[in-house]
Amino acid sequence: MSGMNRQGRPSSIDNTAHGGTHSTFTGNKALELEEPLLFELDNPGACGVDLDEPEPFSSRLGNFERQGRIGLASVSEPEVVRHFVRLSSKNYSIDAGLYPLGSCTMKHNPRLNEKMARLPGIGDVHPLQPQQTVQGALELMSELAHWLKELTGMPGVALSPKAGAHGELCGMMAIRAALIARGEDDQRSRVLVPESAHGTNPATAALLGYKVDSIPATRDGRVDLEAFKAKLGPDVAAIMLTNPNTCGLFERDIVEIADAVHEAGAYFYCDGANFNAIVGRVRPGDLGVDAMHINLHKTFSTPHGGGGPGAGPVVFSEALAPFAPLPYVVSGKDGFRVVETEEAAKADGTQPFGRMTAFHGQMGMFVRALAYMMSHGSDGLRQVAEDAVLNANYVLASLKDDMSAPFEGPCMHEALFDDRFLKGTGVETLDFAKAMIDEGYHPMTMYFPLVVHGALLIEPTETESKQSIDLFISTLKDLARAAKSNDKDRFTGAPYMSPRRRLDETAAARKPVLRWAPPMPAQAAE
Amino acid sequence: MRYLPLTDTDRREMLGVIGAKSVDELFRDVPESARRDGLVDLPRRKGELDVERALGRMAAKNVAAGSVPFFVGAGAYRHHVPASVDHLIQRSEFLTSYTPYQPEITQGTLQYLFEFQTQVAMITGMDVANASMYDGSTGCGEAVLMAHRVTKRRKAVLSGTLHPQYASVVKNLSDFADYELEIMPPALPGSSEDIAAHIDDKTSCVVVQTPGFFGELHDLRAIAEAAHAKGALLIAVVPEIMSLGAVTPPGEMGADIVVGEGQSIGNGLNFGGPYVGLFATREKYVRQMPGRLCGETVDADGNRGFVLTLSTREQHIRREKATSNICTNSGLCCLAFTIHMSLLGEEGYKRLARINHAAAVSLAERLSKVPGVEILNQAFFNEFTMRLPKPAAEVVDALAEKGVLGGVPASRLLPGVKEVEDLLIVASTEINTDADRAAYGAALKEVL
Repeated sequence: MSGMNRQGRPSSIDNTAHGGTHSTFTGNKALELEEPLLFELDNPGACGVDLDEPEPFSSRLGNFERQGRIGLASVSEPEVVRHFVRLSSKNYSIDAGLYPLGSCTMKHNPRLNEKMARLPGIGDVHPLQPQQTVQGALELMSELAHWLKELTGMPGVALSPKAGAHGELCGMMAIRAALIARGEDDQRSRVLVPESAHGTNPATAALLGYKVDSIPATRDGRVDLEAFKAKLGPDVAAIMLTNPNTCGLFERDIVEIADAVHEAGAYFYCDGANFNAIVGRVRPGDLGVDAMHINLHKTFSTPHGGGGPGAGPVVFSEALAPFAPLPYVVSGKDGFRVVETEEAAKADGTQPFGRMTAFHGQMGMFVRALAYMMSHGSDGLRQVAEDAVLNANYVLASLKDDMSAPFEGPCMHEALFDDRFLKGTGVETLDFAKAMIDEGYHPMTMYFPLVVHGALLIEPTETESKQSIDLFISTLKDLARAAKSNDKDRFTGAPYMSPRRRLDETAAARKPVLRWAPPMPAQAAE
Repeated sequence: MRYLPLTDTDRREMLGVIGAKSVDELFRDVPESARRDGLVDLPRRKGELDVERALGRMAAKNVAAGSVPFFVGAGAYRHHVPASVDHLIQRSEFLTSYTPYQPEITQGTLQYLFEFQTQVAMITGMDVANASMYDGSTGCGEAVLMAHRVTKRRKAVLSGTLHPQYASVVKNLSDFADYELEIMPPALPGSSEDIAAHIDDKTSCVVVQTPGFFGELHDLRAIAEAAHAKGALLIAVVPEIMSLGAVTPPGEMGADIVVGEGQSIGNGLNFGGPYVGLFATREKYVRQMPGRLCGETVDADGNRGFVLTLSTREQHIRREKATSNICTNSGLCCLAFTIHMSLLGEEGYKRLARINHAAAVSLAERLSKVPGVEILNQAFFNEFTMRLPKPAAEVVDALAEKGVLGGVPASRLLPGVKEVEDLLIVASTEINTDADRAAYGAALKEVL
């Protein structure tokens, strides 16, 4: 032990084995380079672009000419490139290693999809060009809609939502629009949401003014059917259910749940974040789902990009399809046409509830997702679900004795563990996760779902090889054994070897510093 | 299948460890009625070459903006993006990383988000900015909801300067989140809009766009004063963020929230998305902001580092009490914005904005000489509105036949509004050459 840092955590575990506290003059550690903020590289006079001043002309800006300095840094191109390359080296990525974040589906992102998104006929097309000049783009949207409808067995689709949560909002708006059309909007004010749901579900329902009513889980990690039925009533608008659920389990009673929801006059919203587990094998339409969003950035592998952009198309049942929002694409004898105004929809005989976003949605994500779907085909997509489920079950079976699994298998695409195996070790879920960082892994999802204590949710995805998963399993076994054999410092001080050690989140929130500001000028001498 | 590493031998061995006879057994919780034995009715797998051919065929049916004289704007703008931007955002460490929930191994993402927030706050003239929204239009909707929270009122007034699709997004939210909304008629350049008369004690905010939908630059100072006098907030919307290199930022005109569309910096047209919503406000309102925020802190060794912060506003902590349901935002588009803005810097950004303005002035001068054409704008940046002697939609189609993409007919977004039927909204940026403008002038003369 080499002592404690100022937060009372050990500053390293073992000098010889772990690189120790050898310090450098620069703060750099060989390939790992410290990098200042862009604004600290400011070098007035330098510039990363060459632009000629326009020929003299008479300004039409009126009284609106911007005065004074904005404060942006002046930096040349090589310095900008180096700055961002150095920043990139401080990130973990799926290209570099297994990224087992449960519920996030961090799978391989094929570069073919990037290439397709950059075709000039895709990437360099304006959403408001005359429609006869964008027939291929509309065809692509139509083709993607066809694939999504076939894979889900649902007759309607809205492509425009920008991400999963935006899709949820879209789906719930369609449900409310249908209830308004039925004259039951005032009466139906409650939405049922299982305890294990993603936080976006209750947030979405609340945004629409619904009262969120939580459904408890059974001891086997699923919706408590009896408790659920007891909560149904003429004031319920919808249930929002994730399936497979956030414990990685398939809701066995789903058809019965759907029937009961419909019998009560309510609608079934399915959170499709975990569609990867069943794509090509099970169609949500066959389960009685009325609306479901699909995260193209999960199941269909558009890159997560450090937190977006995503895309969250929503599929609809017969009952909700007429309410799907603007815009949508139709095909006729003169080719494809985008219906983008209420006037046009009226002529078309639909009742769109409104508009989610300007323009037509995340085209850049549509093309990537379609390239991914075409590459796999119906056979490959079915294999995706099977391998994703197989990999997760292999992790569950291999680790259930060393760690602790709250629910019996089989699981679907992700394996859930709780913190019972850490009981009495002084190591918590957070510490265990941080120790994984030192071993070269991105941690799994922690403390979610909320229905088990100290949750560790592992989603390996189908694009991991057996060899990669075997190594991951043996690492987790080593860590579990270390925790149980009193090697506590390895965990509570972790990570030791990452670009930064644990960060003080409390200080960040207490006195937020949300932007760089120039240092205060030194006090002028008298 | 090239993306699936498991072999049949692997699968057999793994099933053995699991103790299952087949993969079907792992799906046994699925109700029998919903299990599909066969494949869904879609084509089988394809190699790279075949996928490239299929998508390439679709792409070839579109007219790429770069292949013709191009003057389309109205909320999305074609600008030149330096090569290093697209190269850097494709680095695996940025492209294939997730939301920075584990800050120790995502400092790269967190630091550029901090830099992005700083750049956005600087150019808008505001105190703080968040780590992005989906796009300008959804950011506009979130800004109205935020104003309701800040003022504890539920009525918004939308100026006729606002992009009609942005107004539709806000209206949609108001329909479902049950708040009052007043949408003013389209504010044509040259006409005056007395928005102050519509602000009362129940008003939470007024939403004004500058440059407006018709390209006109608007003075926000009087509106800000009128709003503040009644306890309401001013939300300023800037869909062409390039403009702030040349024109007075809303932060210097009294805006309380500034929403922007950041696409113009670093991001391509992409047929409408993905784009990047900019969202900035005053420091005192920061706890009512939607979306992710990145903040500075220190690590256990005392070194500077960055984390997502104030997350008690967000859905994953607060669930139904969150300020917004937003989760994923526009990470990689923020990065493209940040890199492009870093390359431009203080001088480059200002100069590029001047070049844009010069391009639009030059185009306006040329087109105003075409018989029958009237330019309506008093003050504009890189976009203006022309009144034509016939319906603009017909003219745009006729221009397209001649290989010129000449702008957006106002009637496309405001169908059935008689007074905009002959109006054409035209943008010109640094991508346009004199030859482009000459081609436009000649083609317009022919089709009118």
